[in-house]
Amino acid sequence: MLSVKNLQVKVDDKQILNGLDLSVNAGEVHAIMGPNGSGKSTLSHVLAGRDGYEVVGGQVLLNNENLLELSPEQRAHKGVFLAMQYPVELPGVNNMSFIREAINSIHRARNEEELGTIEFLQRIRKTAALLQLDEKLLKRNVNVGFSGGEKKRNEILQLAMLQPQLAILDETDSGLDIDALRVIAEGVNTLRSPQRAIILVTHYQRLLEYIQPDFVHVLLNGRIVRTGDKQLALELEQKGYNWIMEEDAA
Amino acid sequence: MSSAQQDVLKTVQTNDQSAIDDLIKTSYQHGFVTDIKSDTFPAGLNEDVIRRISSIKHEPDWVLNWRLKAYQRWLSLEDPQWAHVVHPDIDFQAISYYSAPQKNPALKSLDEVDPQLLEAYSKLGIPLEEQKALSGVAVDAVFDSVSVATTFRKNLADAGVIFCSISEAIQEYPELVKKYMGSVVPYSDNFYACLNAAVFTDGTFVYIPEGVHCPMELSTYFRINAANTGQFERTLIIAEAGSYVSYLEGCTAPMRDENQLHAAVVELMAMDDAFIKYSTVQNWYPGDDQGKGGIYNFVTKRGACRGKRSHISWTQVETGSAITWKYPSCILIGDDSVGEFYSVAVTRGYQQADTGTKMLHIGRNTSSTIVSKGIAAGHGQNTYRGQVRMMKHASNARNHTQCDSLLLGDQCAAHTFPYIEVMNPDAEVEHEATTSKISEDQLFYCRQRGLSEEDAVSMIVNGFCKEVFKELPMEFAVEAQKLLSLTLEGAVG
Repeated sequence: MLSVKNLQVKVDDKQILNGLDLSVNAGEVHAIMGPNGSGKSTLSHVLAGRDGYEVVGGQVLLNNENLLELSPEQRAHKGVFLAMQYPVELPGVNNMSFIREAINSIHRARNEEELGTIEFLQRIRKTAALLQLDEKLLKRNVNVGFSGGEKKRNEILQLAMLQPQLAILDETDSGLDIDALRVIAEGVNTLRSPQRAIILVTHYQRLLEYIQPDFVHVLLNGRIVRTGDKQLALELEQKGYNWIMEEDAA
Repeated sequence: MSSAQQDVLKTVQTNDQSAIDDLIKTSYQHGFVTDIKSDTFPAGLNEDVIRRISSIKHEPDWVLNWRLKAYQRWLSLEDPQWAHVVHPDIDFQAISYYSAPQKNPALKSLDEVDPQLLEAYSKLGIPLEEQKALSGVAVDAVFDSVSVATTFRKNLADAGVIFCSISEAIQEYPELVKKYMGSVVPYSDNFYACLNAAVFTDGTFVYIPEGVHCPMELSTYFRINAANTGQFERTLIIAEAGSYVSYLEGCTAPMRDENQLHAAVVELMAMDDAFIKYSTVQNWYPGDDQGKGGIYNFVTKRGACRGKRSHISWTQVETGSAITWKYPSCILIGDDSVGEFYSVAVTRGYQQADTGTKMLHIGRNTSSTIVSKGIAAGHGQNTYRGQVRMMKHASNARNHTQCDSLLLGDQCAAHTFPYIEVMNPDAEVEHEATTSKISEDQLFYCRQRGLSEEDAVSMIVNGFCKEVFKELPMEFAVEAQKLLSLTLEGAVG
C-alpha cells in the first residue's frame, strides 16, 4: 500500500531524513520507534503533506500513486489520516460539525453520497462511547479546553469516524495515563482490518503492549536502521537506543 | 531526483499561493444594474433641490424647514477627518440627491410590483415572495429612494404596529414623527447626519405601541441602484413601554465604477422595559481588486434607552462597502437600562472599515456589552473605535468590551482605538482585546481531515465570529455565514 523509497527531507536547510525506506502492506501494523530528534515527526508530517518540509530526494507511493504531488486534503481524500501529537484547538468550531464536514469533504471528493444526519449521529455516539469520550465533548469546540487525554481520544474518534486506509498515529501515547492509553489502544485495535494499514510512531514501547505491531522499525538519524518484530521493541525498552546507535556507527 | 520531479514539487508549493490569489479576486456576485426607468434629479445640492424633494413628497412646512435648517448647518461644517480611512474628497455637487422609480403608485400587493424589480431581488437571493411565505417576515423593500412594496401591513396593523416608509409616516402620523425625528440624532449632529436630514428621501418608520410584542421580525432590504445617486435613508423606530421589536436590515448593491455615497441615519427610542433588537447585514459593492469604486457607507446609528430597564441591542455584519464609517451607539438614560453591540466587520481587497460603538452611561445600574470581531484580509484596513463613558450619576454602571481582530495575510492591518471615560467611582469597565492570525497548525489540521483550504478558513473565521452570529435571527445568521464564506474564500496568504 505504502512504499517509501530513499526519502530525503530537509527542514530549514538541515537534512532530517536521510534515505528512509519503508514498505507497508494493507492489514499490517508498523511501529516506528526512535529517540528524540531521529525524524519521527518529520516522517509523519511529510506523509501527510505538511508545509515547511523540503523533499530533496526519494519517492512516496500510496497504491502506486505519487503521494508527494498531492495537497494535504487530497491525501486525506485518498485515505491518509494523521492523528497528531499536538491536536490543534479550533475556537468556535463545533466538534461534531467539524467531523461531519471532514467526512462529507472526503465523500464529495470521491463522488460518494454524503453521510445522512441520523447515520452520522448514531456512528459518532457509538464511537464516542467506545472511546469513553464524554458526549458533551462532541458539542464543544474542537479541542478547546480539552485535557491532554481528551484531545488524544478526540483524534482517535476522528480516525474511527473517517475510516482511513492508512492511519498514522504520531506519538499518540505521549502524555497519557495508563487507563487512557488502554482505552485508546482498544479503540485502535477495533480499527485493525485487512484493508487498513496503521503506522504507530512512538518513543516508548508502552503503547505496543496494547497494540501488537507486526513490524517494529528503529529510526535513527533519519533512516530506518533496524527492523524486527515486537521483540525488538522490548529490547529497546530494556537497553535504550544507545546500543543501536553504537552498532550503527560501527 | 530528476529535475521534472523537482518542478512538480515546486508547483505543489506555489500552487497554494496562486489558488489563494484567484480566490481573493472572486468577483462581487451581486454586480448588475436593473434597467428600470428612474426619475432622477440632475447632480447638485442647493436649497432648491431640497424644496423640490420636499414638494415631491408633499411634506408639511415643518419638515421642509427642518431640512433647510439642517442644510444651513451642514454648509457650516467640515467633512470629518478623524476616522482611520483614506479617500479622495467627495464632490457633493456631483451627486444627484433624488432618484425614484418612475412607476410609483401605492401598491397593495407584490403582484403590482415591476417584475424587473422582483427579478433583481431574486438575483440577490432574496425573493420577496418566498421570503414572505417562508419566514413570516414583513418586508418593506426600498428600491433606491422610494418604497415600492410593503407587505404584511394588515397583521401588523391588527397588533397596532406601524411599519411604513418614513415619507408615509410624515403624511399619516405627523405627530409621532414630529415628536421623535431628530430626538436621538439631531439634525445638527454631525456632517453626514446633517446632510441626511437635509436631503433624506425615504426610509422606514416603526412604532410599537405600549405592551405590544411585535408579531414578526421586521425587515427592510435596501438597494442602491441608480448611478451617481447617494442614498439617504432615515429610519426611526419607537418602542413604547413594555414592547418588543426585532428589526432586520440587509443590503446589497450592484457593481458601479463611481463611488456612491450612502449616509443613512437610524434613530431608536426605547421606553420603560422596551426591547429593540436591530440587526444589519451589509454587503454593498466593495470596489474592484485595485480599490476602484465601491460604496462609501457613512452612517449615524444611535439608540436612546430612555426608559427604565429598557434594552437596545445592535448586531451588525459588515462585509461590503469600500469604506465603512459607523458607530451604532446607545445612550443609557433610564436606570437599569442595557445596551449591546455585537459586530463582525470584514475588510479585504482595499476595503477600509472604521467602526465600533459608543456606550454612554447616564442612568444608575446601566450596563453595556460590546463584542467586536474585526477580520482583515488582502490590503484591508480594519479599525475598531469605541467609546465607553460613565457619567457622574451612573452609579454601579458596568461595561464589558471584547474586541478581537483576525488577520489573514500580511498586507492587511487591524487597529483598535478604545476611549474610556469614567466619572463615577462605582462604575466598572472591562476591556479585553486580542489580535490573532489563522495559524498554519489550524489550517493543516483541517486540511489533513479533508477540508479544502477555503473551507478551513471559512470554518475558522465563522468560528471566530460565532459570538456575534448567535445574536442574529436564524435566517440572517445563515445568510451572514454564507456571505462571510463567500467574502473570504481562500483569503489566506
